[in-house]
Amino acid sequence: MSGPDEQDTPPAPEPGRPEILRVEGLGKRFPGVVALDGVDFGLRAGEVHVLLGENGAGKSTLIKMLSGAYHPDSGRILLDGAPVEIRTATDAQRLGIATIYQEFNLVPQLTVGENLALGRPPRRFGLVDTRRMHEQARELLARVGIDVDPRTKVAELGIARMQMVEIAKALALNARVLIMDEPTAVLTTTEVQRLFAIVRQLRDQGVAVVFITHHLEEIAQIGDRVTVLRDGRSVAEVPARTPEEELVRLMVGRPIDQQYPREASSPGAPLLQVRGLSRAGAFTDVSFELRAGEVVGVAGLVGAGRTEIARAVFGADRYDSGEVLVDGHRLPGGDVNAAMAAGLGLVPEDRKGQGLVLGADVGENLGLVTLRRATRGGFVDRAGQRKAAGRVAAQLGVRMSHLGQEVRTLSGGNQQKIVIGKWLLADARVLILDEPTRGIDVGAKVEIYQLINSLTASGHAVLMISSDLPEILGMSDRVLVMARGRLVGELDAAEATQDSVMALAVTEVEDARVH
Amino acid sequence: MLVSTNVLSRQPALRSLLAENGALAALVVLAVALSLLSGDFLSVTNLLNVGVQAAVTAILAFGATYVIITGGIDLSVGAVAALSAIVLAWSATSAGLPWPVAMVIALVVGLACGLINAALIAYGKLPPFIATLAMLGVARGLALVVSQGSPIAMPDAVSHLGDTIGGYLPVPVLVMAVMGVITAVVLNRTYSGRAMYALGGNEEAARLSGIKVGRQKLVTYALSGAFAAVAGIVLASRLASAQPQAASGYELDAIAAVVIGGASLSGGKGRAFGTLVGALILAVLRNGLNLLSVSAFWQQVVIGVVIALAVLLDTLRRRGSG
Repeated sequence: MSGPDEQDTPPAPEPGRPEILRVEGLGKRFPGVVALDGVDFGLRAGEVHVLLGENGAGKSTLIKMLSGAYHPDSGRILLDGAPVEIRTATDAQRLGIATIYQEFNLVPQLTVGENLALGRPPRRFGLVDTRRMHEQARELLARVGIDVDPRTKVAELGIARMQMVEIAKALALNARVLIMDEPTAVLTTTEVQRLFAIVRQLRDQGVAVVFITHHLEEIAQIGDRVTVLRDGRSVAEVPARTPEEELVRLMVGRPIDQQYPREASSPGAPLLQVRGLSRAGAFTDVSFELRAGEVVGVAGLVGAGRTEIARAVFGADRYDSGEVLVDGHRLPGGDVNAAMAAGLGLVPEDRKGQGLVLGADVGENLGLVTLRRATRGGFVDRAGQRKAAGRVAAQLGVRMSHLGQEVRTLSGGNQQKIVIGKWLLADARVLILDEPTRGIDVGAKVEIYQLINSLTASGHAVLMISSDLPEILGMSDRVLVMARGRLVGELDAAEATQDSVMALAVTEVEDARVH
Repeated sequence: MLVSTNVLSRQPALRSLLAENGALAALVVLAVALSLLSGDFLSVTNLLNVGVQAAVTAILAFGATYVIITGGIDLSVGAVAALSAIVLAWSATSAGLPWPVAMVIALVVGLACGLINAALIAYGKLPPFIATLAMLGVARGLALVVSQGSPIAMPDAVSHLGDTIGGYLPVPVLVMAVMGVITAVVLNRTYSGRAMYALGGNEEAARLSGIKVGRQKLVTYALSGAFAAVAGIVLASRLASAQPQAASGYELDAIAAVVIGGASLSGGKGRAFGTLVGALILAVLRNGLNLLSVSAFWQQVVIGVVIALAVLLDTLRRRGSG
């Protein structure tokens, strides 16, 4: 491995590829935290520049400054060599900088055409010229290569298509700089490839793309250069073909020996049995079991019914037929409390929307599931709750200033630890983890994997839904594959490969299309 | 880490209390300004008078605090207060029931109105605004029906609630204090109180953590209804008669008090002490404007501006501290 001397050699802009954007010594403090502490970063026209760093390294703060959401305390931003002030989102728009966040900026109730023309629809006699609006929309949609009727409501689109609409919206604003915050986090492998094709096409048209991703294997595929951030500083700028281990070392400041440290334990008695579970339009005749000490991965494309199954098993949603047994006892359908009492726990896919009370503090979030247990005669033992929360937070290594910190202000990895932590406090024996490491940096991922190991070592069972195939293969003992609401295969993790899993996940879909 | 906390911890306790509670700071500023402008303001008699003025609003506002913490709204509390008082007076006079029984019936009426609100919201999936707006109409209408549109005299025993203890401490102030303490205890110490914060912060996360959302909403709106009944009884005792049109528009004062006190209408935030301060700000302001002989018309203008300013300052302060 080479030493960290990359930072000492600022790369000269290649002739013929002018630098559009340069950031110099950018700094930003929030009360109690230094978010950015001197970031240097240059972006050329016609390149895809990957921003890499653990959560909390400062990536989000940096892009928020470029898009006008935050204002830097120190340093400056240069556009075409001239210093600029980006105070508002409108400033950023005027300067040709468009940002696509993970949470899309679309109005779901409006049509695709209306969203693309939002704020400045073509007008005729003071009224919106719908026909021209749709024509313009069609052109933009063709540029990003998706076949969507502009009259479709955005809410009816899948996540991948919404993202394409976001890109089309950026094009509508003549963006020269396109910032994409983890665009692949929610996409399936095929969708990622389609996205890459469009990003390459934009790059070849001269758009400068800032690309944030936690998937290291994507970097060489899509990126030209990589800037690595650590603890609010830019620590290195390296070519995208840099080996993954080296990128990880730069990012965390130390080498990570093993990305998937699964320690298999011998499975015990069946804890969870699901038999013939069906709900019209969601999943059909799904049966599987989960034994003590096991990690069972659930793979499949987005929309294959994995989340729906997880929620139905946990009682968050109802099912039409079939049964769920824990320790051989049948659970009533659609009853979260019965599932909890039997020892089930669900870490939902949407961490912020369903897992956490963002405005409440760490202690309160950790104590949410055990609130009932800590109540005697209507009164909550808050001191005891606090103590237990402190214990679990320490055990999980939650990085926070104190238990009273709002969870909103924590990084994604720490937030996820809290969602898992509340089930640890409740001593749930069967944990259903839905996309447990989505949007989480490498270091925190490994911590969550180690937690999964220690849970299964003590006889708990884990059902892990994930769209991250290396994670499924690396951490599961068995892999279930779902497609179109059905369980289409079960593979032993030792013999499963990305290809064999994807083949199962996709074939059924194509079969169904043929019929 | 935590530069701001370190700075504050070096300051005297009072100053940090004020810094963390914008509404309390506003109340102090208001009180100091009024005591400078009017010599009568700082007398014990006047301050107790302010307390009596604040009592009904504060009790309604304590009830509204539960609802607002869950992210809901209760527009029916003024009307429910009037209905409960009318039912008390009618039961004790026209129906000839003993006054303690009448009082219990009045409280049950308030509670029942709250439960109906909650049922419409939790199980009928009506927006709280609509459900409680409907209840506002129904309760006000029933108050007029039962009273046939005229005031009913309160039983003497109950009217003593409007008096003072030892010729000094007004009973409404005492009731306000008791209801405030109950609210603080419910919110901070009980299962339902903690569940309200979770519900208002993120209903789905609360449900997936095993909190029974429907049941907790029943508790929330029932408390609001019961507190409205208590407020109605206190108001009628002070006036010595239950009036069907009493407490009109008080629901808006109650909501204003809660929001001035630092709660968020989007839910998850709010405290009993903040609500008390909010109610006191409204009462001090009305009292002070009276002392300064500001016309009743201008008073409304000033109060409107103060509500906007108080919440604006609080919002800016929070945004500043990020």
